[in-house]
Amino acid sequence: MAGELSGILDHVGRIGELDLDDVVPTSHVVDLENVLRADEPRPSWPREVVLEQAPDPAEGAFRVPSPRAES
Amino acid sequence: MGELLELSGLEAHAAMCAGELSAEECRDAWVEAAGSDELNAYLWRTEDGDSGAVAVERPCLAPIAVKDIFCTEGVPTTAASRILEGYRPPYTATAVRRLVEAGAPILGKTNMDEFAMGSSNENSAYGPVLNPWDRTRVPGGSSGGSAAAVAGGLAPWAIGTDTGGSIRQPASLCGIVGLKPTYGAISRYGMIAFASSLDQCGPLTRDVSDAALLLAVLQGRDGCDSTSVGLDTAPRLPDREDLRGLRFAVPAEMRADGMESGVRAVFEATLKRIEELGGEIAEVALPHAEHGISAYYVIAPAEASSNLARYDGVRYGIRAEADGDVVEMYESTRAAGFGDEVKRRIMLGTYALSSGYYDAYYGRAQKVRTKIAEDFAAAFGSFDFVVTPTSPSVAFGLGEKTDDPLAMYMNDFFTVPMSLAGIPAISIPAGLAEPDGGGPQLPVGFQIAAPAFAEQRLLEAAYALEQAIGFDAKPGGRIDG
Repeated sequence: MAGELSGILDHVGRIGELDLDDVVPTSHVVDLENVLRADEPRPSWPREVVLEQAPDPAEGAFRVPSPRAES
Repeated sequence: MGELLELSGLEAHAAMCAGELSAEECRDAWVEAAGSDELNAYLWRTEDGDSGAVAVERPCLAPIAVKDIFCTEGVPTTAASRILEGYRPPYTATAVRRLVEAGAPILGKTNMDEFAMGSSNENSAYGPVLNPWDRTRVPGGSSGGSAAAVAGGLAPWAIGTDTGGSIRQPASLCGIVGLKPTYGAISRYGMIAFASSLDQCGPLTRDVSDAALLLAVLQGRDGCDSTSVGLDTAPRLPDREDLRGLRFAVPAEMRADGMESGVRAVFEATLKRIEELGGEIAEVALPHAEHGISAYYVIAPAEASSNLARYDGVRYGIRAEADGDVVEMYESTRAAGFGDEVKRRIMLGTYALSSGYYDAYYGRAQKVRTKIAEDFAAAFGSFDFVVTPTSPSVAFGLGEKTDDPLAMYMNDFFTVPMSLAGIPAISIPAGLAEPDGGGPQLPVGFQIAAPAFAEQRLLEAAYALEQAIGFDAKPGGRIDG
């Protein structure tokens, strides 16, 4: 994949040739205002519903391998 | 039943309202039609299992095919990725919920490029979709299953998503109508995220009226998506018959590059048709549009690399067991779960966002995005619409571009600038053309773009042009090349 990625980076790198000084970057096209709401608890999904999709649920939680395996 | 399947979504709805057609009869006929899918357009169909929470109590619209990127409660949702194999979401996307509440049963979930990354549907983990016009060719992507289902008579209408052309390009290659609304017109809640600042839901339909009807159902503000703003006024069915007084701009910079001669001929003929209808055509400068592909293939992978971090084998989807620690589990899960194109874009995006390269790639791409939006704003100062071919080529052969990602990306040349600017654009079938080098007659799409939130104006012009073109060719489903 290295060759493909280099080819793509060469192509997209052409934007380096444009004069973009003083241009404001666009991260989002919709003008949005921050909207605040009262910080009140609302019902969320039951734990068992969420855990139903987990590959390895255990004791009401997501079980994962140890962060640091024995070596 | 054959006649029933000939009805457009709007016609079927009118027949139901008039008591001439029962919704159940309509649904049953389409369930049977979807059952004959030989195009690999569907990943799941209602007959494959109980629709459960997305079942419609009182249907009054023809059933709809839904791209498998929309979460549907209790119904498999994979985004055509191995990493989500077996996933049944606990909730339903707002767009789908609106369809269900409006009375449209879900006909099935359609195949797509994995996580909507692709322009040919060959990136699906569940096999490519075949183009109903010629089964040796691609339907386009990423909403290829939705487009092929509508074009191939397997669904009356469908929804998809468009990040850089993923509704418009497959609509073009399959000879149907595809609308990408203004960013923010339709809620993204429950739409599996690819590039959040670009992703937008939209209809794939047989005609412009059906697209207007579905847009009216889908659009609206949603408390679950803070970027959804909806449209100021609900879309009406278009009825305009001419284009008098309207000005259409053809971008000078986008006329030249790599367009097939057949596509060019159909495009030029369509421009003449616009003039016959009273519209005015002139060239306009969109000097930065040609850099759209470069900016897009930095911004979209950057956002994707962040969005796809969530697939780690912990909370949902598959887990590839590893002997080592949790990091090895993440790595083996993502290595096994993602396909090549998704991996390619995660790596590109991670690189573009990395310290030392951020300004050169992501920062600059965001500035190019500003320039492209400014180009369009300037054009819309003196024009009502910008028009281009939807795709530089007709449907190409399966496997033809899979070895050359950059050639594949160039499919999006005409559609990406509108996505970056967040403006609405529609593709309508404008005629048939042979591919360069010969082959069968295949559909060519014509793209019309309008200013943000000018959907009604866009639909009216597309409708008038559609009536004048009178495109009535149908795929023969030929199997030989």
